[in-house]
Order: sequence, then structure tokens, then C-alpha cells
Amino acid sequence: MAEITYLEAIREALFEEMERDPNVFMIGEDIGAYGGAFKVTDGLLAKYGESRVIDSPISEIGIVGAAAGAAHMGMRPVVEIQFIDFIANAYDMLTNYVATARYRAFLPTPMVVRGPSGGYVRGGPFHSQNPEAGFIHTPGLKVVYPSTAADAKGLMKAAIRDDDCVLFFEHKYLYRRIKGEMPAGDHVVPIGKARVAREGTDLSIITYAATVHKALDAAEQLEREDGLNVEVIDLRSLAPLDDDAIVATVQKTNRVLIVHEDTRTGGIAGEITARINELCFEWLDAPVLRVTAHDVPLPYAPSLEDFVLPQVPDIVFAARRLAAY
Amino acid sequence: MASPRSATTRGRGRAAAPQSSAIAKGGEGSTSLTRAQRIDLYYWMRLTRSLEERLVNLYRQTKVVGGLFRSLGQEADAVGSAYALRKGDILSPLIRNLGSMLVRGATPVEILKQYMARGDSPTRGRELNIHFGDTERGFIGQISPLGDMVPVMAGVTLTFKMRGEDRVGLVYVGDGATSTGAFHEGINFAAVQRCPLVVIIENNGYAYSTPTTKQTAAARLVDKAVGYGIPGERADGNDVIATYEATKRAVDRARRGEGASIVELMTYRRKGHAEHDNQSYVPEGEGERWARENDPIDRYVARLIGEGVSAEELAEIDVRVQREIDEATDIAEASGVPEPLDALVGIYADPPEEKPLWFRAGKRAAVDVNERPAGWGTFDAPAKGGGSD
Repeated sequence: MAEITYLEAIREALFEEMERDPNVFMIGEDIGAYGGAFKVTDGLLAKYGESRVIDSPISEIGIVGAAAGAAHMGMRPVVEIQFIDFIANAYDMLTNYVATARYRAFLPTPMVVRGPSGGYVRGGPFHSQNPEAGFIHTPGLKVVYPSTAADAKGLMKAAIRDDDCVLFFEHKYLYRRIKGEMPAGDHVVPIGKARVAREGTDLSIITYAATVHKALDAAEQLEREDGLNVEVIDLRSLAPLDDDAIVATVQKTNRVLIVHEDTRTGGIAGEITARINELCFEWLDAPVLRVTAHDVPLPYAPSLEDFVLPQVPDIVFAARRLAAY
Repeated sequence: MASPRSATTRGRGRAAAPQSSAIAKGGEGSTSLTRAQRIDLYYWMRLTRSLEERLVNLYRQTKVVGGLFRSLGQEADAVGSAYALRKGDILSPLIRNLGSMLVRGATPVEILKQYMARGDSPTRGRELNIHFGDTERGFIGQISPLGDMVPVMAGVTLTFKMRGEDRVGLVYVGDGATSTGAFHEGINFAAVQRCPLVVIIENNGYAYSTPTTKQTAAARLVDKAVGYGIPGERADGNDVIATYEATKRAVDRARRGEGASIVELMTYRRKGHAEHDNQSYVPEGEGERWARENDPIDRYVARLIGEGVSAEELAEIDVRVQREIDEATDIAEASGVPEPLDALVGIYADPPEEKPLWFRAGKRAAVDVNERPAGWGTFDAPAKGGGSD
């Protein structure tokens, strides 16, 4: 079977879900006639028309709120945030309105909010963000952030079928760099399940999204140069977190490095560390370490961005320290 | 038929409601409503006011758990506007739209249980006051951030349009919410998409303590309709018939596929933001003047009497309302408090519930068992039973 890119995998999921369920519709800025800033929704307008592929005003509060209202009425809207950085505009709508709707009012709100996320692309402060940590501590929201083409497709289908709001972060660095074969049939990846991206026994790297690939590169280097057998866990879902997978890898390797592209303070690595503490502290042979972005807005110049974001040598450096502890 | 005080967006007027002369009472507008419907409007307004008066009593007895929000003096705008909808339509109320919710089918028992945070209240004790809804009966519960319901109702009505359903939505905002981004984005979206949505701006003069003159430099809030390219109409919100007729025109437009509209209803908030608010910011005599000269129920009673309805007939309605409220109060007071573990149910469809945290393991009702012994809050409580208020 032919390989397709991460971006094409998402698009394939959107086509298949729109075909499967007439309640699924797309709404976002420049997603119709133009096909979206990254062309993720290219071709949907031609096939499904303006009533199901809605070019919206520049209006994140408006479209997220409207999606919620439509979802209450039985629709399954998929909102594109043109760059995920702009989801901040809809923070109130997502956290105060959408996330609480089922709990306080028994209103189902099945909707997906998706958008290009992440750095390593010279996008500067407003086209590179990873705002997932801002949402994982809001009960009522689910958050996924795939790293492979197959997971991108399978998680998108799961997100659209989920009966609650799912924030779907798409890594724009991976859009056209990563390819994969799509499993046959109706490929759905369950939300809340991590994936072992690489089996290992000496230490574990827990990560997600673009840094999965950095961690895999680092693991290869560590095997080659140090003889270390590194396990890489791709979380895939950030809310809910797969505690079982985290505990399993801790019990297997007893040493954990958490890597994420998001900034350090308040990042999800802190939460994972706390859970390891609570659930399996006695299985640790070393303190949990983390490699993250520095706590700065993401700068534009390549030399600056490369310094701020975690790189393969950073992961190798940290893993060696952990192995030697 | 237009009421004498309703005006199109091209008319002139004042933004601020508090000068009651701004909405001088004139002749009451004509209507096509039947006699039975006009009596119905009186019932809903009276029920709204009397139910709130009962809530004040319960509040003073500390049986209302949180704050109490009154719509005293605004019953006409709530009831008259909601009355313009029909079955299948959906309305999103605000904190001063108890009357609108009653018209849509919310019951006094539900309101009382909700305020008293009972376990079988419409939100099972999760939300306060009148923050609840029922899409079957046609109302969706608001949240506290103001303006947010405008985009949500744009989406509800977008769905009506997408499915070709003969349904209309109505959303209330106050003068204060017109300053929010959500109001702007929601109404702009609804206008562009030609959603069958009526946006009611209840201009009651104050947002908490802030007068409308400090909320906006616009001469009239209804003028904002021009900027969105949609029709706007202003009406006397203390005239239940004028309110009904203006809203009905907007609802009919929406039903005909002509898109969204704004209706600005001029009224006055006679009580504070909530029951705790002493209204120190209100000029002396202002509220009293509105109560004396422009009470919506007094005005409507005068109209009905003038149309030949007997005072006895209205008094019978008052008695019926009191009886209904008494019965509802008995039912509400007999219902229990929520089971603590119910707090962990239904955040998501899947998983269906959260687990209690480790320090609560095995404790079914930790608060009751450990932190609130019998007699809590009383000085000389008996060891068993003898609940106090």
C-alpha cells in the first residue's frame, strides 16, 4: 500500500468521516475555497459544498461557540484554528462553555478543534506554539497530539466520533515530512492509549508529537555509541493520560526521561513526573528528568529557535546522565 | 403592527435607560393576541414576580445556597419576548429571564430546587440559580461569562438552517454584554450566515454597578445592528405587548429565512445585581420613580382592566399563582441534597466518572461523616436530628 503524509492522513480521515456521517461538517478560516492555510481541507468544499465546509469570519470565539451550539443539536463540527496559537482567543469558550456543558447542563458537545501546532519551522512567536498544557488541566476536554501518519488518521476518526470535545493538535513540522502506510479498513486509534514507539530495557523516554522523532533519533545514537537500549513511549493522547503505559515503562526500565517541545514550567512533564511519584516511585532507580523548551516565547531566527527548542543532542545528553545515575 | 414606542434603527433616542423619561409611557400598542393569550401574559409575569418574592423569603432563611438574582421590573421584557416563540424554537436566557424560562416550560419546583442546590434539581446541584436548560422544552442554560451564548446560539440556529428546519433561536444579552468580544463575534457570524436568530438586548441601565453610559459611547445599542448589516428595532421593554410584537416581527423575519435581527428592549433593573447589592451607585429616587411610574405589571393590569378584564379575574390568577408556588416550595424543600460522589459523574461520556482521589478512598460521604457533624452551625444542637436553618 502506498505511503501518505501525516497531512494527507488527516485529510483522508476528514473525507472518510464526512462521507460516513452527514452530521460532520467543517468550519474555519480560509478552509473552503482556499483549502486551508496548509491545505489540510483541500478538496472538501468541492465534494461537500458550502453548507458542510464553511469559510468563517476571523472569529475564533464565534466559530468555537457556534460549533458548540451545533454540537448540542446533534451535529459533529470540526473547527480549524488556522494556527493553533490563535486558540487562545477561544480559551474562554472552550474552558468555560464547552468543557463544562455536559457536566453542568447534560448537553453533549461532540466537536473537534484542530489546527497546525508546534515549532522547528521558523514560525516565530505566533505560528509555533504548543498550547496543550493550557487545556489538559481543564476537566471536560480531551487532548490528542499524534506523531505518525497512521495515528493522525486514526485519532482524527476517533476524535470526530467521540461524544465530547477533542482538541486535536497537528504538528506542522510533521505535516509533509512524515509518511506512513494506512492500515486497511476503518482505522480508528482509541483516545487515551499511548504507543510504544521503540522497545527498550535500559531507560524510557516519554514524549509525544514532533519530539517522538527526535527521541527515536537519540535512541538510535545511544544504541550505536553507548550500547544503551532505550524505550520510547509516544503518548498520543495527553488528556486523558495513559497511566498504565507510563507505569509499565517505569517498571520495565526504572529510569525515565520526559521530553516535550512545550516550555518547561507548567508543561505536561511536571504532571507525568508527579504521577510517576504517586504510582510507582519505588520502581525508580533515578530521578525523573525532563528535556523541554526553555521558558521563553519562541523566537524566529534559526539560531535562536534551535537553541530554545529541545534537540537530539539535548536528549542524548540527558539520557546519558540518567543512565549513569 | 408597530407599537408607538418601537423604532427602527434609523430613529433617534437615548442609550441609557435610567432616566425614566427616556421611555415615557404612551398609549399601549395594539396586538393580535387573543384575550386568552393576553391573560396568559399576565399569569407569567405574576408568576415570575411572586416566585422571586418567595425566593427572597427562602434566601433570608438561608435556604438559598448562593446569590439571588431578581428581575423585578423586567418581567414584561422577559415574558413578552419569550412568548413570541413557539414549540421547537430554542431560547437562551440570561440571569434576569426567569420569566422567559417559565414561558418555555421551566417549572417553579425546578427553580426552587436549583436555588436550594438540591440533588434532584435540574443540574443535580452542579450549577446555580436559573443556569439550566432543556433542549426538548426549548431553552439552553447560560454560563456566567457574558456574551458567550450569542455564538452558541448562532451555532444552534446554523443547525436549524443547515437542516432546513422551521425553527428559530432567541438569545438575550444585557447592555453590559454588548461590550464583549463574544457578542460581536457571535452576532457577526449569525449575520453572515443568515442564521434564524433573534438577539435581544435588554437595556436595563446597569451592568452590575456600571451604567450604560460607561458601557458604550453609542447613542443607542440597537444602532449596532447597522454595523452588522441586520435589522434592528427598539421597543419599550416594560410594555409586555410592545415587547411581544417587536420580538414577533424579528422571529417572523428569522422564520422566513431573512436571517438575524437585534431587538433592544428598554427597561430598568429595580434591584441590585444580586440580593447582596445595596445599589449605592444608583441616584436617589431613581428606582422608586420607576416603581411608581413604570412598573410593567401595574401598567399591564391597567391595560387589561381598560380592555374589560375584571379585577376579580386577575385576583383569581394571583391566588392560583400563590397556590402553585406554595405547592412547589413544599416539594422543593422535601428534596434532598446531592450525594457527594455524584460530583465525579458525567464529566465525559467516556469515561463515565472520575475516581475519588486516594485520600478519599473508601469514604463515601467524607464531608458529612468527618467535617459536618449533626448540629453543625448551631450552638446547642441536639446530638441527633433537629436540623436547623
